[in-house]
Amino acid sequence: MTHDHDSDRGHDHGPHPYQPDLEAAPLTHYQAMTQAVGELLIEKGVFSADELRAMLEAIDAKSPAAGARMVARAWCDDAFKARLLTDVNKAAEELGIDAGAIPIRAVENTPDVHNVIVCTLCSCYPRLLIGLPPDWYKSRAYRSRTVREPRRVLAEFGTAIPEDVEVRVHDSTADLRYMVLPARPAGTEGWDETALADLVTRDCMIGVSLPKSPGA
Amino acid sequence: MTARFSVGDPVRVRAAFPPGHVRTPFFVRGKAGRVTQVLGPYRNPEELAYGRSGEPALPLYRVVFETAELWDGYQGAPQDTTLVDIYENWLEGA
Repeated sequence: MTHDHDSDRGHDHGPHPYQPDLEAAPLTHYQAMTQAVGELLIEKGVFSADELRAMLEAIDAKSPAAGARMVARAWCDDAFKARLLTDVNKAAEELGIDAGAIPIRAVENTPDVHNVIVCTLCSCYPRLLIGLPPDWYKSRAYRSRTVREPRRVLAEFGTAIPEDVEVRVHDSTADLRYMVLPARPAGTEGWDETALADLVTRDCMIGVSLPKSPGA
Repeated sequence: MTARFSVGDPVRVRAAFPPGHVRTPFFVRGKAGRVTQVLGPYRNPEELAYGRSGEPALPLYRVVFETAELWDGYQGAPQDTTLVDIYENWLEGA
């Protein structure tokens, strides 16, 4: 036996690799800088360790639920949809959602246009409305290929866009953030907003996917 | 600062390659597009990045490009487009 636990339960396999500790890799320059600045700000009383922790917790707790509620409302209320397409932050306030200070715009999918969002320079993303970006959104492959061959990227996400539809790629590299207002799925006539919101996923608000089908 | 360009104006992105923090993606530099929206004044990120004020603010535009004109051998459909937000100091009339 190479390790001594549970040997009498027939747990007799060879040595296996352990999952590496988070600390197994050396800190990168920016990780070290982030820790150092955080510690200095706490030491100087700019904020407390608990405030920093609470902020991280609040950021981690963001989810696509807020964005999904806004999409569902837009599907049920044309006047709200018009306001959402003008200014997402203001429209969010109507639903008691804090979309933050960075201006966010919604782009609408129609029978003729499919929108997809990328930030080629970094990973800009409307976090307050759809949560933290997935790792793939930040990857070099997604950032470079979505502008170069968007239809192939979409196909890899399982999203086939017909040849006669315009694929419109939005590169959010400056001061605004973008979210997709997907089209309301067929077969949802008469559904209420809560049921509709359940069909709205993070990925369909990035534009790499479509809303779930009713009954799926 | 008044915006030099209006919606519908043809523009070309400067084919410049300065060092430092720049928000204009390489793949649109030197390319021709059209203004689809005037987004308003925003502080200059090329200055903000170095702890300066970023003033005067620059007009920011949504510029639409034909995707097929951005890439050699683009495999998508001819009507596909790419929209990028570009500060006025990167645009010239076309």
